[in-house]
Amino acid sequence: MAKIKKKIKTIKVDADKCNGCRACEVACSSFHAIPKYSSNNPARSRIQVMTHRLKDIWLPVFAGELAAAECMGRDKYIIDGKEYDECGFCRAACPSRDLFKEPDSGLPLKCDMCEENAPGEKPPGEKPLCVQVCLNDVLIYEEREEEVEEEVILGEMEMGLKHLVDRHGLDTLVDTLARMVERD
Amino acid sequence: MRYAETGYNLEIDLATGNIEKVETDPRLMELHLGGLGTSVKLHWDRVPPETKAFDPENLLIFSSGLLCGTPAFSANRTLVSFISPQTDLLAYPMMGGFWAAELKYAGYDKIIIRGKSPNLVYIWIHNDKVEIRDASYLRGKGAVETQDLIRDELKEPRAQVAAIGLAGENRVFTASIEQSRSSSSRGGGGAVMGDKNLKAIAVRGTKDVYIARGEEFRELIMGEVLKFVKLRNENHLKIAVHSPQHGAIIGSPQAMKYADEEWHTTGFAWGNARSRRKDFWTKETEESWTKSQTSAIKRLISCFNCTQQCGALISFKDVPRFMMKCFSKLTYTMAAYVDDLDFTWKILQRATEYGLDSFSTPQILAFAVELYEAGILTDADFAGCPSDNEGRFFWLLDKVVRREGIGDVLADGVYWAARKIGNGAEAFDHNTIKKHEQMNIKLGMLDPLYYLMYSTNEKISITQMEGNWPQGAIPRKEDREEFVKDWPQLPDEKFKQYLLDWESRGENANPYYPTPEMCCEIVDWMEMLHNVDDALGICAGWASFVLKPPYHIHNYPKIISAATGMDLDEAGLKKIVNRSRNLHRAFNNRRGMMRPDEKPPEDHWKKRFPELEENLLTTYYKFKGWNYDGIPTKERLQELDLGYVAEDLEKRGMLKDGQD
Repeated sequence: MAKIKKKIKTIKVDADKCNGCRACEVACSSFHAIPKYSSNNPARSRIQVMTHRLKDIWLPVFAGELAAAECMGRDKYIIDGKEYDECGFCRAACPSRDLFKEPDSGLPLKCDMCEENAPGEKPPGEKPLCVQVCLNDVLIYEEREEEVEEEVILGEMEMGLKHLVDRHGLDTLVDTLARMVERD
Repeated sequence: MRYAETGYNLEIDLATGNIEKVETDPRLMELHLGGLGTSVKLHWDRVPPETKAFDPENLLIFSSGLLCGTPAFSANRTLVSFISPQTDLLAYPMMGGFWAAELKYAGYDKIIIRGKSPNLVYIWIHNDKVEIRDASYLRGKGAVETQDLIRDELKEPRAQVAAIGLAGENRVFTASIEQSRSSSSRGGGGAVMGDKNLKAIAVRGTKDVYIARGEEFRELIMGEVLKFVKLRNENHLKIAVHSPQHGAIIGSPQAMKYADEEWHTTGFAWGNARSRRKDFWTKETEESWTKSQTSAIKRLISCFNCTQQCGALISFKDVPRFMMKCFSKLTYTMAAYVDDLDFTWKILQRATEYGLDSFSTPQILAFAVELYEAGILTDADFAGCPSDNEGRFFWLLDKVVRREGIGDVLADGVYWAARKIGNGAEAFDHNTIKKHEQMNIKLGMLDPLYYLMYSTNEKISITQMEGNWPQGAIPRKEDREEFVKDWPQLPDEKFKQYLLDWESRGENANPYYPTPEMCCEIVDWMEMLHNVDDALGICAGWASFVLKPPYHIHNYPKIISAATGMDLDEAGLKKIVNRSRNLHRAFNNRRGMMRPDEKPPEDHWKKRFPELEENLLTTYYKFKGWNYDGIPTKERLQELDLGYVAEDLEKRGMLKDGQD
C-alpha cells in the first residue's frame, strides 16, 4: 500500500497554567451553535474544564470519540497529591457519565478542531476557537505531518461483511450466504 | 425569542415556600437594560419606603446582568440588591465568579426573594427544577466550605453556590455573600440573607443564551475587544499609574500577581484609617512580603469567561485553603498595625469563612481598638482579649461574628456602634459616608472630583465609582501630551484639553481645577459607565473602573445592539442608564436621603473649602437635573419617561410644582 502524508492536529493542554475561566467552553459552544454564534451554552461545549477549586484542580479536557459501552473498570489518578475525579482525564462521551453530550438530546459531542466540511466553516484565524481565546497559553495548537499507510476505505456493506468474517470465519459466511441463496 | 436576557425571573417567597417562574415584560430591557437597571425598577415598584432591612417585605434580588452568559468577556457579575441594614438605603454589591452566568444557563435573569423561612434553608435551581431544601446541617458552617458541602450533597460538581457564613446567620451588618473566588460584600447582603434564614443558593444550568446578531457580536468581542486586551496585557500603562500592579490593570489591580505594596502601605492610612507610615516600605519588608506572598499563592485564578487573573487560590502553611483577590490583602493587616504579611492569609481565611466585607470589618475592629486605647471601651469590654495586635484582631473578629459582648454592638458597624457606645465614641466615627465605612485614605488637599463622587454616588463606596479619569494630575507636561494621544475611550474630545491643562500645583490644580463645571462632566461620565457596566453585568475592571479600558461608550452600543437586536446608539444608551440612575436616586430620596447626607468622610482631607464644596454640590445637582435638595426635578423625570416617579414624589410632598 502507498504511503501518504497525514496532518496530525494536537491541542496541547498545559493545565498548570489554567485559571479556570472557561472562556474555551463559551467560545466552543458559540462556534458550534446553529446558526454559528447565534447562542452559547457551556454544557454543549466540546471542551470542559474539570474543576475543583480548593483542590487546585483546573483541567481542560476536549471531547474525543464516542464510546458506546462503558469501560469494565474505572480509573482514578492522584498526581502531585491531587486526586482527580473518576475518569477525569477521559475524553469519551460514554454511558457512565453525562459529559460531552448534548443536554437535550443526549447525542454525543466530539471536538472537530473547529474544522467542518463546508467552506467558510472555520473560525477566523487558523486555530480552533478555544485556543484563540485562551490568553494564558493553556491550550496550544500544534500541527505536524506524519507518513502513514494509505487507508483502504471500505464501503458500508464491505465493512459489515468484514465484521462477520472476523467473527464467524470466511467459510461459515460463504456457506450461510449459499444457503440463503438456495432458500430464495 | 428573547436575546441576551432569558426573559424569566424566579419569584420565591420563603415564608410560604411558593416558587414561580415569571415571564418579564420585554419593554423593560428597552427601558432599563437589565442588572442594576431592572432591579432598581423592581425595588421602586415593590418596596415601599417604610420597609426596613429585616422586614419580610425587603426584597433580596440576585440578578445577572444583561450580557452575563453571553460570550462577552468578563460579563460575570452577580448583582445582589436589598435595603441595607447599615445605611437604610438600597445597596447593590456585586460579585464576579461563576454564579450569574450559571443562572442565565438555568433560564433566569433574576431571583427575587421575599419573606423569611421558618428554618434555615438553601435554594437549589437546576434548570426548571427549583427546590427549597433543608440547610440545618449547614448552620455555622463557613461560607466557602458550605459551597463544597452543597455540591457534594447534590452530587453536582458543576453547581455554582453563593453562600453566607456565620456572620450572615448572625445578621452582622457587614456580612457578605461568598461565591467561588468572589464576594458580594458591601452593605450587609449576608445579613439580609441570614435574616431570611437562607444559607445559600445553588444553581446549575444547561440551556442556551441567545444572541440576536451572532456574527457581528463575535467580531466585536472575539475580534476587537480580545485584540485590545492582548495588546494591553503585553504593553502595560506607564503614565498616570501609581504602581506596577496598577499599570497592569485590566480587571482588579493585580495585587495577587505583584508583591510590591509600597504605594498602598505608605500612602494609605493604618489603623482606623488614622495614620500614614511613610517609611514603612523598606528593602527588608519587600523581601519578607514577597516571600510570604509567593509561599501563600498556589495559583492565580479568574472569574467566568475572563482572560485576566485577579484572584488567587491561597494555600498558606496549615491554614485551610480559600480564595481571595485585590486590596483585601492589606485591609486587615493595615487596620491592625501588623507588619508581617503572614497575618493577612491567616485572618482573611477566617474572615472569608465567616463571610465578611473585608473593607468595612477591619475598620470596625480598629475602631474598637482605638476606643479601648482612649478609655471609652474598658477592660471589662475586652476581658479575655490578647494584648498583641494580631491576637486582638482575631479575638475581636470572633466576638463580632458571634455577636458576643462588645462584639454585638460592633457588629452593626462603626456608625451605629459609636452611637450605642456614646461617651465620646462618635468622634471616632470619622471615616463613614451615609453610615458606611470607606477606604482607609487620608489626604491633604481637597479633590473636587472625589468630593463629588464620595458625596453623591448611590454606590457609597469609592472603589467602585472612580476609574476612567486619572486619580491625580499628571505632573509632567510631556507625559500629559503622551497620555492624551491614544485615548479613544473618551466620550468627548474636550476632555483631552481638561487633562492637558490639569497640573499638580499652581492655579490649574486642585481644589479649583478642574472647575466645578468640568468636574460635573467628568464625574457624570464615570458614573454613566459604571451604570452601564452594572446593568450589563460586566466587571468594572474591564470598563468603568480602569484607565483606557477595553469596553467604553463607543463600542458598548454596538455590542448591546448585536446581542439584543435593539438598535442602540450612544445617546440612546446614555439615556437608558440616566433613566435608571434617576429612578435609583428617587428611590433613595423617598427613603429620606437628602442633601445633608451627601458629604465625604469627615476628615478625608485636611484642607477643606466649605464655599467651594457647596458650589460643587449645587453645580452638580443642577447638571444632573436635580433640585437643591438633590431630588430629580419633575422635568428631568418626565424627559426620562419617569412621569410615574414624579407623581409619586409629588404625592409625598417631596416635589412641589414650580419650586424646583
